[in-house]
Amino acid sequence: MSLFSIFDVAGTAMNAQSVRLNVTASNLANAGSANGDPDKVYRARHPVFSTFGDALSAQHGIAGVRLRGVIEDDAPLRMQYQPNHPDADENGNVYLSNVNTVEEMVNMMSASRSYQNGIELINTTKDLLLQTLSLGR
Amino acid sequence: MDSNPFALHETALKIRASRNQILSSNIANADTPNYKARDIDFKSELQKAGGTGVSLARTHDLHQNAANTNRLGAAVKYRVPVQPTLDGNTVETDVEQTAFAENAVHYRASLAFLDGQIRTLRFAIRGRD
Repeated sequence: MSLFSIFDVAGTAMNAQSVRLNVTASNLANAGSANGDPDKVYRARHPVFSTFGDALSAQHGIAGVRLRGVIEDDAPLRMQYQPNHPDADENGNVYLSNVNTVEEMVNMMSASRSYQNGIELINTTKDLLLQTLSLGR
Repeated sequence: MDSNPFALHETALKIRASRNQILSSNIANADTPNYKARDIDFKSELQKAGGTGVSLARTHDLHQNAANTNRLGAAVKYRVPVQPTLDGNTVETDVEQTAFAENAVHYRASLAFLDGQIRTLRFAIRGRD
């Protein structure tokens, strides 16, 4: 029954979106972090999605979502003069994390909407399958 | 009477189910870069299944009719997007959700038709409801 594979497809999508939500939470939580050593500063992370499935499933039009990895944002860090900061370098400067808060909020909303879409897919498909089961009763 | 009174809606259900699958994949991949949204044309698929669909040779009357059980032949086409995106993704969530809802309603309609046919046959067999 081909409707069953929708659960798998929607499941992979919800899994990917929950990772995205998790990464966004980490980014927002670390948005204010600062350090005098640019290598120790938290850099924004972004999940990378790709399509998942073999040639046969592609022929049927089935495609799940795979998380290919999480990459670090290489946008430049902001430098700020904060001589009282315990981690400031010898010139009194600290580097601030390159997390873009506005971008992350948008990411969060988009991820939660996409997650809800996955739930809707599963609910509708479950309804259809249950109705098919009660056919002829 | 037709040899299989359920044939039409059975085929319709199969095509609706595989279309549901394709539309689900589209919605699932709404955020995947370079994913191209796909769909099938229900009308032409139904015509194909009813007319020149793949079938097995029946050399005996008791052989089951295995016509149209092969869904590999469905012509999966790519959707032309209304608005282009930066990441090469052609999924438009609103379009896909509308199509998904429409497809689910049609699936339910086919189920209702099949249910009615089963009820009619049962009525004819028993002579009562």
